[in-house]
Amino acid sequence: MTDLKRRSLIATLGAAPFAVPLLAHAQALDVNPRFKKISSRERIRQRYFPNLVLTAHDGRKLKFYDDLVKDKIVIFNMFYAQCQGICSPITRNLVRLQSLLGNRVGKDIFMYSFTLKPKEDTVAALKHYAHMHKVKPGWLFLTGSVDDMETLRQKLGYVDPDPEVDKDKSNHIGVIKYGNEPLERWGGCPGMQAPEWIAETLSWVDWPKNSAKKQANGGGK
Amino acid sequence: MAYISKRNRRKEKEKQTAADNRRELIAAGFKRRDLLKMGLLTSAGMLIPKKGLSARPLNTRGSFDDDEPNSPPTTPFQELMPRLPVLAPVASLTPAPTIAPNTAAGEARTVAHQAFAQFPPQRFYEMSEQAGTALMAPPGELPPQTIWGFNGITPGPLIVERYGVLGRPQDGSILLRLRNNLPAENGGFGLPSVTEHLHNGHTPLESDGFPCFFMERGQFYDHHYPNVYAGVNSTHPGVGDVKEALHTLWYHDHRIDHTAENTYKGLAGAYILFNEFDTGNENTGFRLPSFGDGQNPLTSFDIYMVINDKVFDNQTGLLKFDLFNTDGILGDKFLVNGKIQPVLHVSPRRYRFRWLNTGPSRFYQLFLLGPNNSTKPFWQISNDGNLLERPVQVNSSRISVAERVDVIVDFTNDAGKTFFMENRLEQEDGRGPTGDVLGAGQGDKILKIIVDGPVVPDNSVNPATIPAGTYFYGFPNTNDAPRITRTFRFERGNGQWQINGQLVGGCNQAPRFAIKRNTVEKWIFQNNSGGWQHPIHMHFEEFQTLSINGNAPSGTGLITKGRKDVFRLEHNMEATVYLRIRDFVGRFPLHCHNVVHEDHAMMLLGIIDDVGDNKTQP
Repeated sequence: MTDLKRRSLIATLGAAPFAVPLLAHAQALDVNPRFKKISSRERIRQRYFPNLVLTAHDGRKLKFYDDLVKDKIVIFNMFYAQCQGICSPITRNLVRLQSLLGNRVGKDIFMYSFTLKPKEDTVAALKHYAHMHKVKPGWLFLTGSVDDMETLRQKLGYVDPDPEVDKDKSNHIGVIKYGNEPLERWGGCPGMQAPEWIAETLSWVDWPKNSAKKQANGGGK
Repeated sequence: MAYISKRNRRKEKEKQTAADNRRELIAAGFKRRDLLKMGLLTSAGMLIPKKGLSARPLNTRGSFDDDEPNSPPTTPFQELMPRLPVLAPVASLTPAPTIAPNTAAGEARTVAHQAFAQFPPQRFYEMSEQAGTALMAPPGELPPQTIWGFNGITPGPLIVERYGVLGRPQDGSILLRLRNNLPAENGGFGLPSVTEHLHNGHTPLESDGFPCFFMERGQFYDHHYPNVYAGVNSTHPGVGDVKEALHTLWYHDHRIDHTAENTYKGLAGAYILFNEFDTGNENTGFRLPSFGDGQNPLTSFDIYMVINDKVFDNQTGLLKFDLFNTDGILGDKFLVNGKIQPVLHVSPRRYRFRWLNTGPSRFYQLFLLGPNNSTKPFWQISNDGNLLERPVQVNSSRISVAERVDVIVDFTNDAGKTFFMENRLEQEDGRGPTGDVLGAGQGDKILKIIVDGPVVPDNSVNPATIPAGTYFYGFPNTNDAPRITRTFRFERGNGQWQINGQLVGGCNQAPRFAIKRNTVEKWIFQNNSGGWQHPIHMHFEEFQTLSINGNAPSGTGLITKGRKDVFRLEHNMEATVYLRIRDFVGRFPLHCHNVVHEDHAMMLLGIIDDVGDNKTQP
């Protein structure tokens, strides 16, 4: 702690004499035993990342948390192949993003597009969609059972509080969400944002500089 | 119900059923205590999520998400409401502040101070943004919380400053150095990259906390706050327009895309400005209740209350932030100055309370609930920290996120009585309040106020005896012709927020619109959606409301006429506001202050320069 920092800290605490005993009290405190000691990373997994089995456009069966999210930097979006609205423009935008991110995609950064219409979007349809947009490795188009895809949509917050609006799938395609799973940093931005800017926002959740994590956790599936 | 669209009717029906059920239970003689015992009501006064009882929206499968607010129980009205500690100035800063950014020493600022030479700082402050520990509930009920705070506390320290006396604007100038000492590990949410906005200082824009001017860990940022009245370099040279005085401000993180989680984690604090009229001493000037030292209950009657709502994880008891929510986040625990439902002891006399709602998404309508479900009137004296023409007696004040009201409450004849600050505005999701105002005693009690303090002298003005006419400064005129009228449409498309059909754009894009310095503009705010409400905030200058849905403010709506920096844009509303933009140049944002909406692109990044543009729909 620098002198300056100490001084300003003392200035604050001096003005709040009760702050010191409170803090000491907090440490000595018996906390209600009903609370469990679960890491925040584990709580995030429990809340948002059910380990559902999904099928990728290349036919592989993958577990959502274990295989797709754990230890990775990830980018999520929702789409469906026959969507007449902004699905295609967003996909084209993300193709540009993928090319900007270069060889990190597939190494420590992974892109996932989840279908909103699993009945229509068979593996073959997804494969066709991926080829049509010339997506490169490291970006998967994923489907699963109707229930599982619905769970995923809700967990990842692609919802509208108005049930009627919520029913219209085209209302869930505008936003991409991104994050660094082990670092517990998450965010979102419009899918039509300039790819250069999306790449910039991803840098905010990137591994800290000089971190061994990048190498250690690279690879993935 | 007036603004409910057809497609919302089913949900309205559901809510109606829920409300009926609640009323039935109450009519059947169940008291809140009984409901609590039966496990049907949380201590915060919310019905637990049970179909047909809670008004919470069901997901499409007919069940409730486990991320619906549902905190562990806490016992209300046990903890004393803390008074905010006052930040002491420091003698000097090392390294000494410089006009050009001191990049070599680790300063994150990229733009030179534009008004440093004109208004050299007279006092210096320094704070560290860092992790800290906070107890928000009575001992043993919730574990100690790891928060991020200015100097490690939340709310942050109270900065108490003064404008220079009229004609000596330079005397108010200060410099605040902020250091980013946040940890890389965030404990589940928070981005340790920050920018601090003084809401709503008339601040040179490189010091304003522009969302893109953020600092990383280990860096510092010098904020120069001249604390001058708007107009000092334009309409009222060398003096500034005292009618533009700002008295109740606050500071908070404004990191682009990450403001909600960072402020929720604690990065917000309060800021007060006095002058020779609003003096902080009830024997002088407007004779508003004395601030004293801000701590001593026998001499300090001007109390800042930072209000917010939070959710705690039911399994760990720790603060929970819904990472993937884009609609708005509601808490089921209400905090005042960092404590859940605390208690304040007051003396039988008049007090000035400064109420601030820091969000993230809830709107409040605050009443004072007295004995036998009575409602105690009080006097509203300001809007967003700006004094009205005179005190206005009201039964309640509504504040959306970031709005402030200063009120005078007269407890002179209330010795021995107990009151509750009660929020009666019904809100069930992040879209905004339903519009229904609950009955007395049916809302959420946020603070218990017990009038059991000693009898102390009261030399503050009694608002009831103020003669007719303007008592405070009065409002600036709205007669100057606007250079341009611009329209801003706040809307939603493809599940995301837009302004005038466009996305926020990144920090790397050209400004969406340019305002010519020292001109007047008229802005029209439109909200065409039936379901959403938005607290629209503009930085840097205050606006005055000319009309709402075609009608000029009148009656008690005169409060609306007062200068503001947050416009509460309600369902299907169109409003016209008038503003002068003066003195300084630089980047500034216009955005929704539901911080979840703000982080999801409901923001427009503009610029003030000496050219301006003619975009009528930026």
